[in-house]
Parts: sequence; structure tokens; C-alpha cells
Amino acid sequence: MQLVLEKRTERSNTIALVSPLIAIGLTIATMTILFAILGKNPLLALHAYFIAPLTDGYSLQEIAVKATPLVMIAIGLALCYLANAWNIGAEGQFLFGAVAGSWIAVKTQGTDAGAWVLPAMLVLAAAAGALYALIPAICKVKFGASEILISLMLVYVADLLLDYLVRGPWRDPNGFNFPTTAEFDSVATVPLLIEGGRLHLGSIIALLAVAAAAILLGRTIKGFEIRVVGAAPRAARFGGFNANQLIILTFAVSGALAGLAGIIEVAGPVGHLQPGISPGYGFTAIIVAFLGRLNPIGILIAGLFLALTFIGGEQAQIAMKIPLDVTKVFQGMLLFFVLACDSLILYRFKLVFPNRQVARGAG
Amino acid sequence: MRKSLVALAAGLLLAGSVSAASAADKLKVGFIYLGPIGDLGWTYQHELARQALVKELGDKIETTYLENVPEGPDAERAIEQLVRAGNKLIFTTSFGYMDPTLKVAKKYPNVHFEHATGYKRNANMSTYSSKWYQGRYIQGLIAAKMSKSGVLGYIGSFPIPEVVSGINATMIAAQTINPNIKVKIIWANTWFDPGKEADAAKALIDQGADVIMQHTDSPAAMQIASERGKLAFGQDSEMIKFGPKTQLTSILDTWAPYYIERVKAELDGTWKSEDTWGGLDSHMFAMAPYTNMPDDVKKIAEDAQAAITAGKLHPFKCPVIGQDGKEIECKGGANLADGQILGMNFYVKGIDDKLPGK
Repeated sequence: MQLVLEKRTERSNTIALVSPLIAIGLTIATMTILFAILGKNPLLALHAYFIAPLTDGYSLQEIAVKATPLVMIAIGLALCYLANAWNIGAEGQFLFGAVAGSWIAVKTQGTDAGAWVLPAMLVLAAAAGALYALIPAICKVKFGASEILISLMLVYVADLLLDYLVRGPWRDPNGFNFPTTAEFDSVATVPLLIEGGRLHLGSIIALLAVAAAAILLGRTIKGFEIRVVGAAPRAARFGGFNANQLIILTFAVSGALAGLAGIIEVAGPVGHLQPGISPGYGFTAIIVAFLGRLNPIGILIAGLFLALTFIGGEQAQIAMKIPLDVTKVFQGMLLFFVLACDSLILYRFKLVFPNRQVARGAG
Repeated sequence: MRKSLVALAAGLLLAGSVSAASAADKLKVGFIYLGPIGDLGWTYQHELARQALVKELGDKIETTYLENVPEGPDAERAIEQLVRAGNKLIFTTSFGYMDPTLKVAKKYPNVHFEHATGYKRNANMSTYSSKWYQGRYIQGLIAAKMSKSGVLGYIGSFPIPEVVSGINATMIAAQTINPNIKVKIIWANTWFDPGKEADAAKALIDQGADVIMQHTDSPAAMQIASERGKLAFGQDSEMIKFGPKTQLTSILDTWAPYYIERVKAELDGTWKSEDTWGGLDSHMFAMAPYTNMPDDVKKIAEDAQAAITAGKLHPFKCPVIGQDGKEIECKGGANLADGQILGMNFYVKGIDDKLPGK
């Protein structure tokens, strides 16, 4: 007798809906065992992770702040992935947008430039992110190059460019040679939504991006084209949809969103340009995009959930002295279970009895 | 069944809050660490000091730390989390936490902050650092004596004043022994990345360096030097077990006395914002035993250490000659002023390299 995975004749929509829940359930079950092995009370630990951060306004704000760049980037990535265009370099577009937007902030520093500074920074960052994403897209369309490789390699280019600028021309002259620009002027800073908190305008922009993507995908021809090109390329060709054009479009949109997320992070929570502005947002957003099953609302939920595990992980570290590594194990396990459960959408378990087959063969 | 689970959960939560209440009388002291506590370097030394603190004052305080906190947008939140968990004195132990610490400090005027190696202060935010360049001077003497090739290998982290002053102090000392000494410098652009650090050590040895010094935190370079049969200096912590026949000495960060002193001040209510920049005389750091060298070299090192501790020898004694052969303006009387060392942004004569960003 053996257990095999058998392809379903059609995808199971029920499983598609409950699969993330099963994944979360399995993760929590495994974590409970892990906490018990570590000698920590599992109920208290899970409380610190999931409940405590949801019970006060401060933590809720922090969750929103942390989720903002993740959601914004993941929305763009989802459009790409739905159209079968594989943008892996959102991290680079994030950094490039941050650099481009910061250029205005650095050049207007100490001048009496007015309220146009921040909007100009946002627009320039989005444009720069889009242009940066167009490099792999055009290479793909014109030369058939791998957009995965090119977009990934461009991450390092953007990273080193940022590094060069903050160590060289843009370095804070009063910063003792440390690699950072001076703090941005207030006209170059993303406004806060709540006095004394850290919640900023970026979170609203992220929500707008979610809504726009939901409408685009659900209500417009363009959205339909994106989905058809991704799901059934041959049908799309017969339908007269131009797949190359869509690759260009989705890359540009996702680059723009990543670039926008980059400048919002720099002009918001960080306040100046420095190396290490992104703890891997562009890559974590890939997880968020898939965790949210490439659906805008799903991505919003997934982004908030992942942010919750970050904030909860810190609170567990403080309140229960649970090592940070456990938070990382936790996130890894979550992704593992999500992918594992997803295979159940297209496959199902089946018990196979080899003896019977042999008998049939003999007969 | 479900009801009993809920009851159990409620009971556990209540138990949790009761124990929190009994700990409320203790002073809560928080720490933010850059690396993992197992980095065997910078963060490890802060962790050792925290443990010493607990040993000394454990009945009066409760400590908490957050490790692996990146110096980016997450730092401010991590610090604020410690504040919100009731910590009244918080040590943020890396330069990159400077602006986030200041932001949180301004928001919570009743909480006291101690920031390592920075230069921004506030009424409730002190800074503390060590005159490591004194130790670098001693290492420069040893290195020049021990190098057969006359080429030293230096793994820099970031070209910031602390690191640059270390390179300069090393070279000024080395030149007193061997005026033609050369130094090869590689910038790892990281504080902690064992892979990069090992690559840098290999590259330096391939360029002819036979004594490796580092301003990064892991023992990787020590291991490479050991494999290749070269000599090396440890950094931050005792690294002799990674190179029993390799380590000459190591600059040991000894934060414990400072941490104990500051926590005691907090307990007494006498804490105030200060700028502490201690050297060998104030025990902010120590030199690991001088090993793998002949007795005459050991004596040179010990004599220099005694002279620096006694204040008779200053590594940046004027005149200090810059790379271009011109004398650096001497703002501190007989020696360079502290401010000139804290903001050091030039190489001294004899360093055949260009300071990044210059």
C-alpha cells in the first residue's frame, strides 16, 4: 500500500480557500510543539505572537507601518506573476526608486523649497522604479533574455549605487564620515497620520494600490488580458492579446509601486537615505504575493499577517525571552506549509495498493 | 473540552500577569544588539557584560535584550518596544542606532538611553565608546616586529572615523619600528559577515600580507590566517581558540564595569546624560594576553601598554603627518584633539591607499 499524489481533474476551489487556513493551523500546531520543547508555555507564547500585538493601538500602527512596503510591492508583483512575467528584482526597483526620490530631497536640503518637494519625490521615485523594471522587461521582449536573472542581478546594481552615493557625493557633511545623508527636511518627509505615532501617509497609498489592483483585475479588460495571458497563453494569442505588451506594462507598474514603496520608506520611517534601508522587502514581498494567492485583498491580509509575525516575534522576544531564530523558523515553516497545502489544490492524496495492480497485470 | 481549554488559557494568562506584577519593583534594563549573541565578537561582548551586570545586580534589576536588530527602519520600533515593555534604561549597542535612539529618546523623556559609539546626545541619552586606537597602536608595534614581508593586511568594516583612526594608529606605531612598512586595506562594508571577512583575509594574504588585523566582528579572518600559517589579531573578543598559534593579541571590549556603574547610577537616581570615551586607563577595553611572539616583542607591547595607560604615550602625538606629507593641524596641544580623532577623515603618511569617499 502506498500514498501517492494524484492530479485532480479540475482545481478544487474549496481547498483553494481553506488551504491558507490549514497552513496556518499546521504552523501553529508545530510551533506549539516547538515552544513546549523550548520549555516555554505554548499558550502564552502564541498569545505574545498573535494576540498581544492586536490589542493595543501602538502595535497595530507598527503592523501597518511594517506591512505598507510589503503590500505595495506585492501588489505589483502579483500583476507580473499573473501575466506570467517573473519580476524577482523588486528589491532593486525599491532601492532605485528610493535613490531617485532622495535625489530631490538631498538637492533641496536647506533651501526654502516648498510643498512640491514630497509629491515630486514620489512621482520621480515611481517613474524611476518603472524605468528600472523596464530594463529586464525590454530585454525579455526584444532579445528573449531571462527576466528572472536580469531583474535579480539589477538588485545588486541598485544596492551598490545607493552605497556609492551615501558614502560619496550625498554623504552628510556633518556626519563624521558615516555613510548616510543628512536627515531630510520636513517638506521632504512623508506626513504622519497620528501625532506621536509612526503611521504615515504611505499606508493610505498602499490601500489605494490594493483597491486599484482589485478593480483592474476584476472589472477591466486589461485585467482580463493579464489573467488570460498568464493562464492560457495560446488562447490569449488567438484572442489577439499582445503578451509582450503586457510584460512591459506589468513590469512597469510593479517597478513603479516598488519604487514608490522605496521612497516612502526612506522619507517616512527612516528619514534619510542610508545603506540597509530595506531588510529584504523586495524579496519578502514575493512571499506575500504568493501567500495572498496573487489576489489584491489576499495580499493585503498576507502582508498584515506577515507584519504581525515580525511585531509579535519581537514582543515574544521581550516578554518571554524567545530567541529571534524561533521567529525565523516560524516564518519559514509558514511558507513551507502554505506551499505544501497549495499542492492539494491541484492534487489529492490517494492510497494505491500495488498488489492489486500486480494481480491485474498477471490476469 | 473546549471550555476547559479556555479556562486553562485564562489561568495561564492571569499567572503571567501576576508574575509581571512581582517583577515590577525591579529596574528593567534593555539592550539592543546588532548581531546574534553568538557572533563571538561585538554583540557577544555586550552580552557578556549584560550577564556580568545580572550577576552583580540581579536582585535589583531585570534585563531584556533584542538581538539581530538591523540598523534600518526596524531599529526605532525595536527600541520603542523595549520602552513600552517597561524598560527604564536602554543600551543601544551599535552606531547605526543613533538616530532611532534619539527619536525614541525625545518621545520618552522619562526613560534613559545609552548609545554606543555615537555622537548625538540628549538630556536623557548618553553616549559611550572606547579609545580603541590605543590598542591599535600596540598592535601596530607588534605587527611591524612580527611581519617578515613588511606588509600588513587590514580588514576594515566601514571607512568611519573609529576605523580610520585605528588604521592610522597602527601605521604610526608600525613606522616607529619599520619606516617602510606597508599596509593593504580591504573594506568589507559590513560589521559581521564571516564569508566576506574570510574572503578579505584570503585576498590580503595573497597580496603578501603576513599579519592580518581586522575591524570586523567574526573570527573568520583568524581561522584563515591560521590555516595559511600567518599571524593575526583578534577583535572585540578573545579569539585564541580559533588560532592558538596565530593570535598575537586581541582588543577585548570590556563593557561590564561601565554597564554596572551606569545601572547603579540609575538605581541611585544619579544618572545623567554624559559622553564617556574611555581608554586603557578607565578599563573600557583590555588587551588579551600577548601570545605567539618572542619575549622582546612582548616587552615592547607591555611597555607601550603601560605608557599609554599612564598617559605618558599618546598614539596621535603631534606632529602627525598626513598622506600628502603636510602636517595635520595640532588642535590638542601636544597631541591631536579628541574631536580630531573622533572625526578622523584622513590617512597618515605611508598608507598607500585612498580613503573611500575622499
